[in-house]
Parts: sequence; structure tokens; C-alpha cells
Amino acid sequence: MTTTFDGNTAHLRPSEQTLLQIKDLVVEFDLGGGRVVKAVSNVSLDLVEGETLSIVGESGCGKSTLGKAILQLPAPTSGSIVFQGTDITKLSKKDLRNVRPAMQMIFQDPVSSLDPRFPVSRAVEEPLKIWNRGNEMERSAKVDELLNSVGLDPALVRDRRPYEFSGGQCQRISIARALALEPKLLICDEPVSALDVSVQAQILNLLQDMKEAYGLTLIFISHDLAVVKAVSTRIMVMYLGKVCEIATPDELYSNPKHHYTSALVGSVPVPDPERKISATLLEGEPPSPLDPPSGCRFRTRCPAATELCATEEPMLRLAADGHYVACHHPRD
Amino acid sequence: MTSMLKLENLEISFATNRGSLHAVKGVSLDIDAGESIGIVGESGSGKTVLSRASMGLLAPTATRTGTVTFDGKEISSLSREEVRETWGTGMAMIFQDPMTALNPVRRIGPQIMEGLTVRLGMSKADARKRAIELLGRVRIPDPEQALNKFPGQLSGGMRQRVMIAIALACNPKLLFADEPTTALDVTVQAQILQLLSELRKELNMSMVLVTHDLGVVAGHTDKIAVMYAGEVVEYATTKDLFARMRMPYTEALMKSIPRLSTPSGSRLPVIEGRLPDPTKPEPGCLFASRCPYAQEKCHTQHPDLTTDSDGHQYRCFFPLGAAQ
Repeated sequence: MTTTFDGNTAHLRPSEQTLLQIKDLVVEFDLGGGRVVKAVSNVSLDLVEGETLSIVGESGCGKSTLGKAILQLPAPTSGSIVFQGTDITKLSKKDLRNVRPAMQMIFQDPVSSLDPRFPVSRAVEEPLKIWNRGNEMERSAKVDELLNSVGLDPALVRDRRPYEFSGGQCQRISIARALALEPKLLICDEPVSALDVSVQAQILNLLQDMKEAYGLTLIFISHDLAVVKAVSTRIMVMYLGKVCEIATPDELYSNPKHHYTSALVGSVPVPDPERKISATLLEGEPPSPLDPPSGCRFRTRCPAATELCATEEPMLRLAADGHYVACHHPRD
Repeated sequence: MTSMLKLENLEISFATNRGSLHAVKGVSLDIDAGESIGIVGESGSGKTVLSRASMGLLAPTATRTGTVTFDGKEISSLSREEVRETWGTGMAMIFQDPMTALNPVRRIGPQIMEGLTVRLGMSKADARKRAIELLGRVRIPDPEQALNKFPGQLSGGMRQRVMIAIALACNPKLLFADEPTTALDVTVQAQILQLLSELRKELNMSMVLVTHDLGVVAGHTDKIAVMYAGEVVEYATTKDLFARMRMPYTEALMKSIPRLSTPSGSRLPVIEGRLPDPTKPEPGCLFASRCPYAQEKCHTQHPDLTTDSDGHQYRCFFPLGAAQ
């Protein structure tokens, strides 16, 4: 059956309030031989300025592809992405380039996302140079200001290269670089999953500080529900390219409606030896996105699946105030 | 209980161009047969070097003093060949990144069968049978077909299951798991930890679980050693450690774990500062510069490992929960 356009946009807010509104986004990859992977299928989402939207799901659910598609890296197969009132999927190459400084990204592996031959000052200065911002002295002052704001001492770090830093420090440098052009939207793709637990908290706090200092709107991509709890305004759970559930963090954790969300919540390791192993532990792994199950994509691993789930795809609908779920048999 | 692995006063240093780097400092641990121990610490705490040293896998640039006794034999007194003999049948290891640990251009089958034919002298047909059984044991669907796949055709979680199958192939007495779930999704992490725990009990194997996450070791170990800057700073049974942590570092590590109960919009507690430079020895407690409870004595004197009446060890002058 075909997806109706209106079915999965129940959670969207009026477009005049939003900084970013994505409707019916599809990203397909052609594998050759007639095989096509639909990595992101008909996803809609929106962001109000100053919000942090977290996108959570397992490997292969399309969360990173979605993040990159927003930046047109590469451009999505279909759907619209309205950023600050303009549909950027329809822009010419030149116009799109002019929008890019307002949208930046930081990546999972901070060490490999920095050029190993560039000293820190050059890495952070590069975006300013490309966009001809200020003269050499002004740029140098801006680099110092950025390094200071991410908690690095410019005098100590300016001339050093990435291999001389820990993963957490490299992530700080990446954040400084992403902020150089004063973006509106920052997409963070698993920014802390390569870091130690003790360093994760530092980077999460830093992102919160930067959000306030630079007036950022954040998209935070992660596989770990516990990590995004503190930083998010809204959380969107994805499975095999589709949206399962959207809610505020407190609502989502205390009252998960989708069985997949509930399993994700149950998988978070808890530092308490007395705690019994969760009964909701998911069996198996997500099916191949090449050949997704009919109807609800989660039905093959879902404890509550019925025949209806195999024949009809559930649409996002309101479950509670600001809480939307795509499930035929939501949890109580 | 008999001791499976005993480390006594183990010291490991590496020669670097910035001087000698002291990676492991005076570590003594004892792991009994069938027991599971967690070694917890941040990057650079020496936890990986410690587990590699126990297996005799240190780089030639390393200098080691102290003793490692495995199953009654002192590892350093053994020849290279004798150490090799213990790998697979005695000790085995699984690594953090299953993609780089597996050979990408060989099919799964031969990679599992290699240990069986070389170490146990099995025929190819027997090894194949055993490999299928092993893959079933680590819950890989359709094991016979999986034998013909390349690592790149499997997901991260499935690759880690293959690593576990390889490690278990020759029935080791002791399994080292070095950050076995760090590269995996949370859902798969829960499955792999559960699998390791079940297999350990089934095979009555000892296990050393190395991780940076206290949440990972909580439900899956009998004892925990917390390492900081190359030293063991707290060592207790898992139950006792979580019920009554004595070391401020352990407490800080515990607080920094992101939890589902964290209020949204709140700041997470962090451990300020960084690990001390391992090439520059400090006189006092190594955690003093980051410790919220540090007093003058902590900066000038190095605390020894103190043992409570109940065997709980900690390295602190002013342990938590003590009368001040």
C-alpha cells in the first residue's frame, strides 16, 4: 500500500513557527542490479528555533542518512526541506552554497574528522578563510575566541596537531570549527559515542553552553536514549527508516507508547548490580532495509504484533499532549 | 577455589621519546576459576595494557616487572612458544572493534576453524561441525550459511558474535573481553553482555571484562577493580562496590553516567580536569588535582591501597563514608 502524505505529518507544527520543516523526506541508494535501499522513508519533522531535537535508533535505521540529507550531503531523493522559509532542495548550487554556513555538522569520530596535518588554528580558521570573513588578524582573534569558548587554551593548543589531543579535546576542536561561521543549525551525529563516559558528560554540557551562547538550534543523533535525555527538547525514535514515536524526553521515558521505544529504554545499562535483566530485551537485529517487512516495520521483533500489523502500516497519531506514536497497539 | 590468574605487583612501562611512560603501577589482582572480574577506567588508565600483559601480548618496547601467574604457571618464565600454547586453549581475548579484529578477506568459517585445526588438531570436517555448533551457541541465525560469509557482510553485533565464537572455539579457561560492546548499539550491547554472562556460566570460564562504563559491569561481574592513571584505586565485590564506594574517583565516574532519570535540561556532573601526564610522576594521590574532597596531604603523599576488614580495597586518605 502507498503512504498517504498527510498520514505522517500529524506531529508537525505550523510552518511559520519553525526554523526547519521537513516533509515526506525519502533517501534512496541505488545498489545496482535493480536493488534500491530506502534508507529514509517518508520522514517528516520540524524544529522551532532554540530547540534540540534528538533522533534515536539503532545502526541502519537511517538517522545519520537523514542528518546528512538535511545538509544535502547528498541531496534526498524526494521530499521538501524548508530552512528559514526556503525549500533548500529546490535551490541552485550557488544559492545552496550561500545557505550552507548556517547549517553545520559535527561527526562521531572527532580524530578522523580533523585533517591530521593541519594545526588546530588552521583547522578552525579554514571556514572563515573560505568565506573571506575578516582579515588575517580578525580571523586569528576569532579563532582564539572560539577555542576559548570550547574550553581550550589558545596559547597552548593553536600550533598543535590533532594526534596530540585526546578524543574529547578533538571533539572540542570540531565544535569550535563548526561554530566559526556562526550557524543557526548544528547537526551532531553521535558526537559522544566514541568518547569515555566521563568525557561524554563534558561534551554534552559544552554543547548545551554553546547552544545558549551562539543561539543554536540542534539536531542530536544518537543510539543511546540515556545520552540524549538531558539535552533534548523533543526526541524522535526511528526504526528502519521510519519514525516510530515523537515526544518530550520526560514523557517518552516515563510513558513510552511504542514497543520499540520501550525496548530501547530497557536496554540502557544501569549501574546497579541488584537490577534484574530487563525482560523487554530485544531479540535479533533489525531486518535488512533492502527488504523491509510489510505493514509495520517493527512487527518481526514486536511482542504485541498482530495480523493487522502485517497488512497495514501504522501512521503517526496523537497519543498524549505533544506525544505522537506510529503503532496499531500502543502500550498503555 | 583455585586461582586462575594472579597478578602480583605488576609494573609496566614503555620507553617513549618523552621519557619512560609508566602505564601500570604495582597492580595485584586475583581471579578465581569461574569468576568474572570487571576492570573499569577511562582511556589511558592502563586497563588495556594490563589485560594484554596478562596474555603475554606486550609490545617489545615495554618493560615489565612483577609476576603474572596463569593456571599455576608464571607467564614470563615461559618461552614464546609456550605462551602461544596457552592462547586459545588457556586464555582467549575479544576486542573492541570486531571489524578490524577479523580478517576482512577470509570467510567466517576458516577463521573459526583455524584455532580448532591448529590448536586441537581436529580434522577439517570435525572443525567445520564444531564451527557450526559454535555459531549456533552465540545465536547466529542459520550458522551453516554464516560460515561462507565475509565479515563485511555481517552487522557489528553479528561480527562480535563471530569474535566470541572464535575466542570460545578451544574452550579457554579465561576470557578477556576488552571493551566488547563499546562499538555496538545499546540494544545489541545488552544482548552481547547477556550472551557472555550465559556462556561463562555454562562453560565455567573465568572472565575479565574491561570497560570504561560502570553500567556495563554492574550486572555481569563478581568483582570490580577501578583503575586510574595505571593504579588500582578501588577493588571490591561488585555488590559491595556499588553499595559502599569508598574512592572519590569511583563516585565521580558513577555520577558522570548519563541516566534515564537525569532531568531534561539539566547539566550532567563531570569530572573536571584530565588524567595526569604518565611521563611525569606526581608525589601525591594521582586523583588529587580532580578530587572534590582533596586536602593538603593528598597533594604531597601517595596513598597506599588500604584493605577494610571485609576485603574492600581503596587508595584514599579520606575515603567516602568514613568518619572525618
